[in-house]
Amino acid sequence: MPYDPSNPLQDRITDIGPRYFREFFPPVIEKNFGKWEYHEILEPGVLVHVAEGGDEVYTVRVGGCRLMSVEHLREICEIADKYCDGYLRFTTRNNIEFLVSDKSKVKPLIDDLKGRKFAAGSYKFPIGGTGSGITNIVHTQGWAHCHTPAIDASGVVKAVMDGLFEEFGSMNMPAPVRVSLACCLNMCGAVHCSDIAILGIHRKPPMIDGEWIDKLCELPLAIAACPTAAIKPAKSAGGLKSLEVNGERCMFCGNCYTMCAAMPLADEVGSGIAILVGGKLSNRISKPKFSKVVIPFIPNEPPRWGSTVAAVKNIVDVYAKDARKYERLGDWAERIGWERFFEKTQIPFTHHLIDDYRFAYTTWRQSTQFKF
Amino acid sequence: MGKHKTPMLDELENGPWPSFVSDIKQQVEKGKHILKDAPDDLLGVLEMSYEDKVTHWKHGGIVGVFGYGGGIIGRYCDQPQQFPGVAHFHTVRVNQPSSKYYTTKFLRELCDLWDRHGSGLTNMHGSTGDIVFLGTTTDHLEPLFYDMTHELNQDLGGSGSNLRTPECCLGMSRCEFACYDSQEACHQMTNAYQEELHRPAFPYKFKFKFDACPNGCVASIARSDMSVIGTWRDDIRINQEAVKAYVGGELKPNAGAHSSRDWGKFDIIAEVINLCPTNCMCWDGSKLEINNAECVRCMHCLNVMPRALRIGEDRGASILFGAKAPILEGAQMSTLTVPFMKMEPPFDELKELIEKVWDWWMEEGKNRERLGELIQRKSMQEFLRVIELEPDPRMVDEPRSNPYIFWKEEEVEGGWTRDIEVYRTKHPR
Repeated sequence: MPYDPSNPLQDRITDIGPRYFREFFPPVIEKNFGKWEYHEILEPGVLVHVAEGGDEVYTVRVGGCRLMSVEHLREICEIADKYCDGYLRFTTRNNIEFLVSDKSKVKPLIDDLKGRKFAAGSYKFPIGGTGSGITNIVHTQGWAHCHTPAIDASGVVKAVMDGLFEEFGSMNMPAPVRVSLACCLNMCGAVHCSDIAILGIHRKPPMIDGEWIDKLCELPLAIAACPTAAIKPAKSAGGLKSLEVNGERCMFCGNCYTMCAAMPLADEVGSGIAILVGGKLSNRISKPKFSKVVIPFIPNEPPRWGSTVAAVKNIVDVYAKDARKYERLGDWAERIGWERFFEKTQIPFTHHLIDDYRFAYTTWRQSTQFKF
Repeated sequence: MGKHKTPMLDELENGPWPSFVSDIKQQVEKGKHILKDAPDDLLGVLEMSYEDKVTHWKHGGIVGVFGYGGGIIGRYCDQPQQFPGVAHFHTVRVNQPSSKYYTTKFLRELCDLWDRHGSGLTNMHGSTGDIVFLGTTTDHLEPLFYDMTHELNQDLGGSGSNLRTPECCLGMSRCEFACYDSQEACHQMTNAYQEELHRPAFPYKFKFKFDACPNGCVASIARSDMSVIGTWRDDIRINQEAVKAYVGGELKPNAGAHSSRDWGKFDIIAEVINLCPTNCMCWDGSKLEINNAECVRCMHCLNVMPRALRIGEDRGASILFGAKAPILEGAQMSTLTVPFMKMEPPFDELKELIEKVWDWWMEEGKNRERLGELIQRKSMQEFLRVIELEPDPRMVDEPRSNPYIFWKEEEVEGGWTRDIEVYRTKHPR
């Protein structure tokens, strides 16, 4: 029975959850589940995993755009049908993995992938994103689909990945470098533990749509949403119930706007990018750690975000040259000291970089141990 | 040629990295999606944002399918006259299969479904892991849901103040480091808590993420209210011959992850022994020894020599709680709460723990207060009492340095009730 609009609840199926993942395993994965012995990265973007019984599975990893058309998806399917018996997977970082158990299919697959380009010339399936290189940027929606962003997401990622294209296709870094982008402080993408985080921020307090705010919002909720208690009740010019924002206390988080559409804060010059570095979330060698703000603001520069691309490249280049093997960006900065980090990267250290939010004191230096 | 001039977006067709603009244009030209103008008008409104440097999407209204409070996010354009194809452009979150393996048959069915009911544009995948159908109108939501459940045997994911779509690494399916079946755990928890996933009843969002080892490929420690991270509590298995092969240069260290650059000959002392965070390893030139009791399972030595070192055999997971992004009280990582739990289907012990946590959070949590913030507000001690766990030094980096202990009356001999008159018999005013 097809859907009947006059009786939408007829034959309704709910709460069935996702499809069972093991329906989608290639036979070699199903057969060797839990029996993998080791792996090796044969070349950037190409891995082999070897099972206890000797079975092998080869993986070719390619970069993907998170924002993807169904036509592109169908092309991915066509490739997977041709080389991979109709199986594939996606990674958490928006890469696509083509898996084959027959070694002789690897080279033809790679050649095929390399030959596919969009009409205007960009690669459809760049190979890489493995080991001590720079893999794809996880990101959020930006101006393509979200109501709270300070920046675009897909466009910034495209520009930055063009700049890091060589690093995506090689393994030249001392350790993996995870770059992430979130287009506002809500951080749908949770970029606060990334080697390099590109974060959209606002710098102007919300405006108040005084004639509408009481109709559109629950005023007490908007007041309660403010982490610094900067919002209080007021009357609009027309005598209507409204709100007032104490700009000096505003930390531009946008939480009020999330609660109340009549308090927009995005702005052509007020909104832009902050760069954070040195976070990680693996437990390898050192503990997971937060990223730290090293560039407080870069203006939005569509369409190619030149200053942001240059800033990311600069940090990557200095790190790659100076860090020791296996040293993540944050571990490197801690070893050389943050004073050296700013010296070597030639990033200006400004008052914006000294914490003045909660627990700020824990990041100030209580020691005479420093470097001249 | 599209409807709108997009000179700025066209710049994003240059350069080697895949261009989402080229891809959307390809959909405009070839696509069979039912909302004919949607991709074209999306480019148009995005170009307008590139000119204005501000988004043109409004706050979402409440849209959804009958009986569900999550899974669909309403989205409207603030320039509907200019861009009617995206005037209503709602997001549909589709619950991805654990670790995102697909058959082309299923992917094509998803594509066909979305052609029939939407814009032809997707996110593969959203930040939380869902397959995201990007942009449709309200009238398509019910038919889409009907077809998806009836024809594809597939459900929506979470949004709003509910359990968000759980996510996991690829675990035992293709990784030698997997300490438990993260995919099965993710799938079973998703199915066990369909009610919580589809009908928002929580103070705020709640995320489960399942990493099968401490390398943390799905970032659970940074972005989930409950992080389940695989570990083991016996000894790392050593293949001494393979260690020698790494030292001798026959095997590529770190599985070849550094091979684009000449880092010199592999030096086991500098690269493994001296980088061990607890200095619990030694190499005498012929034998590698690990003092396993002192190992904190950071994974470095296993990552460097995967053919020589393997995870132990008494495996399970550590459970950590409370991670979140900065909104509101600042970013938090998860705090180690259960050092070790066996992780076997049907995961009853884990479910019991989850339900205790939720009961407390739903009772005590304020509107939009994440679990990690509630634990901070009410104290770790209170949290441990609620989940009936004894305190353990593994839960802290160090003991408190301030002496402001909130003693409870019952902890103090004789309680707090005293008689000032008795006191005055010895201590006159």
